[in-house]
Amino acid sequence: MSAVGERLTFKARVRVALADPVLKVAIDRTTGNARTKRAAAIAAWPGFSAARDLGRDIKDHVIAHLDHYLIQFERNAKASGAKIHWACTGPEACDIVVGICRKAGARTVTRSKSMLGEEIGLPHALQEAGIERIETDLAEHIIQLAGDPPSHIVWPALHKTREQVAALFRDHHHNPGTLATIEAMVASARRELRGRFLTADVGISGANFLIADTGAVCTVTNEGNAELTTTPPRVHIVTAGIEKLVPSTAHAMVMLRLLVRSATGAELTQYTTFHCGPKRPGDLDGPAEFHIVLVDGGRTRMLAEGLAEMLRCIRCGACLNHCVVYRQIGGHAYGSTYPGPMGSVLTPMLEGLPRSKDLPHACTLNGQCQEVCPVAIPLPTLLRGWRDRLWRLGLESVSVRQGFALWRFLALRPALYRQASGLAVRMMSWFARDGWIARMPLASGWTRYRDLPRPPGRTFIAQYRRRMRRP
Amino acid sequence: MVQDSYPESEDVVRVGLFVTCLVDAMRPAIGFAAITLLEAARSRVEVPLQQTCCGQPALNSGDLAGTRQLAQRTIALLEPFQYVVVPSGSCAATIRIHYPDLFQDDPPWRARAQALAARTYELLSFLVDIRAWSPKQVALRACATYHDSCSGLRELGIEAQPRKLLASVEGLSLRPLAGNTSCCGFGGTFCVKYAAISNAIVEEKARSIEATGAELLLGGDLGCLMNMAGKLHRRGSSIRAFHAAEILAGMGGGPAIGEAM
Repeated sequence: MSAVGERLTFKARVRVALADPVLKVAIDRTTGNARTKRAAAIAAWPGFSAARDLGRDIKDHVIAHLDHYLIQFERNAKASGAKIHWACTGPEACDIVVGICRKAGARTVTRSKSMLGEEIGLPHALQEAGIERIETDLAEHIIQLAGDPPSHIVWPALHKTREQVAALFRDHHHNPGTLATIEAMVASARRELRGRFLTADVGISGANFLIADTGAVCTVTNEGNAELTTTPPRVHIVTAGIEKLVPSTAHAMVMLRLLVRSATGAELTQYTTFHCGPKRPGDLDGPAEFHIVLVDGGRTRMLAEGLAEMLRCIRCGACLNHCVVYRQIGGHAYGSTYPGPMGSVLTPMLEGLPRSKDLPHACTLNGQCQEVCPVAIPLPTLLRGWRDRLWRLGLESVSVRQGFALWRFLALRPALYRQASGLAVRMMSWFARDGWIARMPLASGWTRYRDLPRPPGRTFIAQYRRRMRRP
Repeated sequence: MVQDSYPESEDVVRVGLFVTCLVDAMRPAIGFAAITLLEAARSRVEVPLQQTCCGQPALNSGDLAGTRQLAQRTIALLEPFQYVVVPSGSCAATIRIHYPDLFQDDPPWRARAQALAARTYELLSFLVDIRAWSPKQVALRACATYHDSCSGLRELGIEAQPRKLLASVEGLSLRPLAGNTSCCGFGGTFCVKYAAISNAIVEEKARSIEATGAELLLGGDLGCLMNMAGKLHRRGSSIRAFHAAEILAGMGGGPAIGEAM
């Protein structure tokens, strides 16, 4: 989050987002496209439901046996020549990456998109260390130029329209050309980045899957930038969350089919790359050093504290694209690395519940996220779990707690409840005109934006009792 | 309203009607429509007069201890009935799906919650799935669109049933609503807690409803209907909103939600 965004409250960030009509255009274009394409891809895949069950089971199995697969992965990756580093926390992981860069004498690093890198604050850590960071994913390149944090886990620059991107390239690129079409904009970015790929000292990438039985790291991209990031530099560093493990390449294939269709609606990404160790004798290219930094960053705590199902997440973004809240406020309003439904489950764990207590409530519990999730994460149930915890920890406001206490007191006492509700509906009718209430004390949350239908003067139970008495 | 004239036969079922706190206060007509429909579908309807709220607002707010208290009294109140019918997908889902989860550490109450859950139905799905009923000689010359409320749709799988019932209403045509599986932004307390977000969502929903060209908006959950109807009215739209049960009970000629009685 930018320094300004960090200081604002959730509601203030929401206000900023809702007041931005260009943002809404950008969100609708990308998420609308994603929803349409995903729906078509799923409709054309009769085996989706079975694959989803299988994907869920694979992830659950690995998460239940993390110790086994982590050790197996480490052994096999080491055998392929990789150096393995373990990090308990984000700052620890950043220190490891910066340390490797320093040891390599790195002045510039290229980086291909990785949400884990964002989660652990790697861009900031590199900047602090005085190492120039060149983002090579097109969308990451855009937001690096704009100085924005990512607003979506698959399309980090989703909040920018192509018109805004053209303006940004015109201002920042050395040889922008016409920028009249998307192809022309891509060509301009390519001219800008091509030289940087070849001169970078270190390449840093993430991982979509860590394959335990081969020690390989699988990444999926559409632009080829990951391959150019990881191949020419002398040193390649992978940062990956420990939940990215799968037992074998065959298991990775199941997950790939689910991931790509759910994310973009394509059957496969343009590039699916398996990195296995550094350059071997006789290889034409590849890094001389290959490092893998395995990051816990709260994941084992999630396992211990009832959030194991969230560790299934393969970061496809489908829950964001289908979330009615995300589709109105976009990613930045969430104020965290991961926005949308999956973000609202993860952020309280990553950043602490008191700091993110709005997020579990900023959801209508409509369940569409769970429906589209390719690994069937019960996101609404997990959000309810945070709400339960917020309530038990006393983090809800006093007015909310008192309001609920009064309502519960009445709802447990039917005679009193009848009197109170009878009185309430009579009072409400005083504020009505022609059947509608446009403004009423204590109801401004509703009436500020919509009218409230006037209730009839008597409740159903009161009317029913009358009818019973007069046969 | 309670009909005692049914011949004793296996085909008549004994139904407890849980009208929901929202219908009780805001639109009693839906409760009476439910009685009419259930009786037409060979049910002996009783309305337990001690009913209040199923506890859904507390459940969604994280107050599980409070929800358990309300759930226990609701279970005790409703468990004598052969079936419990609720004219709301989200309240029915609270009893069917969430009550058993509330008592995971309390086996006796869990058993009671499960037993009640298994006999509790949302009204429209009960009429179709359990009573195999469809309306006869109900006519309404109108063009309507239908909003699938999320709890009913995703937690209870209610999608075909209301359409099947409404297709039997003479003169009524249903127009598809673009984005009909997308939430209207109500979300219970969400709509006042995050009023600005809720407004943005329902604004978009209202535009989709208007774009159908329908005269009527129908649905199966009063909360969502009040949200959409209230937004449509604020926008100056002339689209009228009813609970589907009201149309099926032949009450479509009466005042719509928000219309003066």
